[in-house]
Amino acid sequence: MITRFLLQNMDRRAGIFLAVVLGLALLVPLSNLLLPVGSFLHVPTSTMSLWGKYLCYALLAISLDLVWGYCGILSLGHGAFFALGGYAMGMYLMRQIGTRGVYGNPILPDFMVFLNWQELPWYWWGFSSFPFAMLMVLAVPGLLAFVFGWFAFRSRVTGVYLSIITQALTYALLLAFFRNDMGFGGNNGLTDFKDIVGFNVQAQGTRAALFAMTCVMLAAGFLIARGIVVSKLGKVVIAIRDAESRTRFLGYRVDRFKLFVFTVSACMAGVAGALYVPQVGIINPSEFAPANSIETVIWVAVGGRGTLVGAALGAVVVNWAKTMFTSGFMAPYWLFALGGLFVVVTLFLPKGIVGTFEALWERRRKPAPTPAAEPAPAE
Amino acid sequence: MNAPVTGQLTSSLLYLDGVSVSFDGFKAIRNLSLTIEPGEMRAIIGPNGAGKTTMMDIITGKTKPDVGTVMFGGSVDLTRLDEAAIANLGIGRKFQKPTVFDFHTIEDNILLALKSKRTVGKTLFWKTEVPQQRRIDDILGIVKLADKRDRLAGSLSHGQKQWLEIGMLLAQDPKLLLVDEPAAGMTDGETAQTAVLLKEIAQDHSVIVVEHDMGFIRELGVKVTVLHEGSVLAEGPLDQVSANERVVEVYLGR
Repeated sequence: MITRFLLQNMDRRAGIFLAVVLGLALLVPLSNLLLPVGSFLHVPTSTMSLWGKYLCYALLAISLDLVWGYCGILSLGHGAFFALGGYAMGMYLMRQIGTRGVYGNPILPDFMVFLNWQELPWYWWGFSSFPFAMLMVLAVPGLLAFVFGWFAFRSRVTGVYLSIITQALTYALLLAFFRNDMGFGGNNGLTDFKDIVGFNVQAQGTRAALFAMTCVMLAAGFLIARGIVVSKLGKVVIAIRDAESRTRFLGYRVDRFKLFVFTVSACMAGVAGALYVPQVGIINPSEFAPANSIETVIWVAVGGRGTLVGAALGAVVVNWAKTMFTSGFMAPYWLFALGGLFVVVTLFLPKGIVGTFEALWERRRKPAPTPAAEPAPAE
Repeated sequence: MNAPVTGQLTSSLLYLDGVSVSFDGFKAIRNLSLTIEPGEMRAIIGPNGAGKTTMMDIITGKTKPDVGTVMFGGSVDLTRLDEAAIANLGIGRKFQKPTVFDFHTIEDNILLALKSKRTVGKTLFWKTEVPQQRRIDDILGIVKLADKRDRLAGSLSHGQKQWLEIGMLLAQDPKLLLVDEPAAGMTDGETAQTAVLLKEIAQDHSVIVVEHDMGFIRELGVKVTVLHEGSVLAEGPLDQVSANERVVEVYLGR
């Protein structure tokens, strides 16, 4: 049943996307590990990690597209779920440091020793176990989304109001995580990681494995999101996006459908955050910054809202452009370029890269479009 | 939903008694009483602001009355339920402005309306079985949209959207259909066909039709209720009602 659910109505676009992502999962680590450094086809470790980061963003973008593109919930706080997943992974990585920290305390992370804490707070219990930490990567963002959505969707908060509340949510978490007595390392966050499941995080092999894992999770996230949107539930969700009260009068409990996609999406964002942290080596409260969540919305808009593949593509393209821009003399102008890009896309490519490309393709395939007006049914 | 016989308070399918509702001091519905028998088709007419749409909002759970009784199937108190629960009880509604899902195909519009379990789990793992597909095909045939089934609903003309929405109502298979101005914006030919279609539907469903078009009402040939300022002004066959002085005054007198 699961396989049927994930692979139903496979189309060309989805096939190409999966082939590319899984191809990257295989070829990039192989090239990095096996080819000599001087080779033309060798992928340097730094490039691999950079692209690993892009692919984490791609998964985050897919999760946002699921709620925004298909259900019409414009979340301006998806970065919060990403960061919470990241913190859950960070907590595991902190507990793996053991006695190798500056203070050599076998239990307490350095920042707790620095704050003169005597014992581990209860919410850090269990994070030395990898399976438990992975469960939390899903459960913490998922639970927050569930509780938040429960109240918001039941009280029928929609549109701009919902967007503002999600923005407030991530901002509140930003402020909370900045506080030292929250027990998450304050503004320094969590860093200086050593091992992940027994392997050195800095080692080339680990980085290659993390890259491959990111690709696999991106493919899995894509398949799950796609399975949802092509199912009948996906049709209901699109119906909610386009005519919410009509859907209610058909007998669908709109709040429950919204809650389902919102929670699934938050879990997916959490996984993206968890993969991001070991590859960049740090998680701090700035990940909760509202600007991050807004940037995610721009990626999805640029790539093509409501296409999934477009969201992932948009995340990679925009972040690649950001790297290009911010590493040269253009650096001071990046935010202008990003804002300009958003304006241009909204005005000239309202369907994003993928949507526009598909429209062109359709037109080429059948040059004479069927006229919109058909004869009336009754004569 | 089969109501237990012991709880039966009335044999009517729909029973409104002493219903009033006001918005910011304006009484949209005042002391309205109305009963619809099982299998009955009823036309509701009235000038603008008579409370026709508000009455539908009350029956479908969109608006809660300030006072009054609204019972369905003899024993279910509709004022306690929300829109989705009322829809699942078997009350379907067609809106004044045709509301279909523009970005879904015509077939998917029918599929979404098709009577089935509306839970998250059931829809996530939904598979359209043969009898259900046959039912969808039947309905597409009835509303004459079978050859356009793969087109997006947004590309339909106004009249076709009205028909699609009637098809969606049929797919819901409700016990009671509330149809708000089905002939609005239709050509004369389409209007006549819509009347035929509604009469067909009324053979095995109870129907309430709200309409302005007197010709259309005449074609339906059913009992008429005239609403005015939120309560019933007159009730009876169209000829009798249209001979009523008060009705003439309300419609033409100002």
